[in-house]
Amino acid sequence: MLDRHLVLNPQVALRPEPFGALAYHYGNRKLIFLKHPDVVRVVQALGGHDTVADTLRACDIDEARWPSFEKALSSLNDSEMLV
Amino acid sequence: MTQPAALVEQLKGGLDAPICLTWELTYACNLECVHCLSSSGRRDPRELTTDEAKAVLDELQALQVFYINIGGGEPMIRRDFFELLEYSIGLGIGVKFSTNGAFIDAAKAKRLAEMDYLDIQISLDGTDAPTNDAVRGDGSYATAVRAMEHLRDADFGPFKISVVVTRHNVDQLDEFKALADSFGAQLRVTRLRPSGRGADSWHDLHPTNAQQRQIYDWLVVNGDNVLTGDSFFHLNALWEEPLPGLNMCGAGRVVCLIDPIGDVYACPFVIHDEFKAGSVRDEGGFANVWKHSDLFTELREPQSAGACASCGSYDACQGGCMAAKFFTGLPLDGPDPECVSGHGEAALLAASSLNGGISAPRPMMDHSKPARVAAPERVPVTIGRR
Repeated sequence: MLDRHLVLNPQVALRPEPFGALAYHYGNRKLIFLKHPDVVRVVQALGGHDTVADTLRACDIDEARWPSFEKALSSLNDSEMLV
Repeated sequence: MTQPAALVEQLKGGLDAPICLTWELTYACNLECVHCLSSSGRRDPRELTTDEAKAVLDELQALQVFYINIGGGEPMIRRDFFELLEYSIGLGIGVKFSTNGAFIDAAKAKRLAEMDYLDIQISLDGTDAPTNDAVRGDGSYATAVRAMEHLRDADFGPFKISVVVTRHNVDQLDEFKALADSFGAQLRVTRLRPSGRGADSWHDLHPTNAQQRQIYDWLVVNGDNVLTGDSFFHLNALWEEPLPGLNMCGAGRVVCLIDPIGDVYACPFVIHDEFKAGSVRDEGGFANVWKHSDLFTELREPQSAGACASCGSYDACQGGCMAAKFFTGLPLDGPDPECVSGHGEAALLAASSLNGGISAPRPMMDHSKPARVAAPERVPVTIGRR
């Protein structure tokens, strides 16, 4: 996961909410809650970096938190929110 | 990672815009279903014009509402139905619309199949004509099946079959699933509410306590492949395993209704002044109603468990459905009339023994067609000045 290049699926719209954001996939109609503002920041930044690890570093995410980000991003990837 | 407050608690505090917005486009309908939530039948002359409806869609786009659920009445009766559909989808607002299928012929099915971001829900309340037509009216089963055949023949893809579960069709859940599968469709089952004309038919139609268990057991097995609009969360008191979904009342928090004349209600099941938050015609439009109305602000505050506070199941069932309590005359901070522990039945019984009977609030905005009565004998009438 960490060395992959992922971007937000162009079919997905993000809507900011107090808890983070809602992600809606217009293709498969899935609605997913991004439950932390940092996850939203990372997801939005993915496109500007070569790998997930680069993105996490650029977003100043402490390495101790990387496993939880890997988990969140994997689940977004499984729902085709990321490509 | 710092843990944000549990998601459900966050959602109870309300979102910046609704997730599930229902918009009843018209009160006009070709059918007269006995459980119609909006007591539809005749068009209301005050209904939103095409321009007004488009302005609402512009607002919803600005709020980043991802999709809307369109209903009625029968929404396809509106002459600007396709115009509004195309306008919404053009703005990036997906549409799911509910229809009885009467206006889906081969040509319309083809036109619908060509559109993206569109879902269609065909209402059907029985897997055979007698069961369905008893609720939805003569010929409505055949009409719905014809529409489904047109959609299939036009390669629309997986449309939805939407069922209101009643005492009389609860034994058909497997057959509904098989019917949906045979059309490559997705099954959606929802709870009967005592709203609209349902206020009068609910007592005869709502599932018995034993049937509630049956619905729960069926959903535990089939729930992942069946849509429910999260409407059965009151059944979660039955066992440890919660049904899929958010398990909360979304009224005014993540859900709301815009009615055909632009009034905004907390949810599709409470068309009554007490749950009217404002109108899209008010200054500030829909956004102002959603964000600042007194009613929605109040619904987003922590709600009292009231009489249910001492019940061990409250966390699971959340006291059930506000609309179901309201229209059966029960207090909002008490048990749901279909409380699986029987507290609702007891409350209904207690209430009905007071003052010679229960006085439940009547639904408002009745657009039912006038009752058909035998034409009277023709009598000579003289019209003149008096």
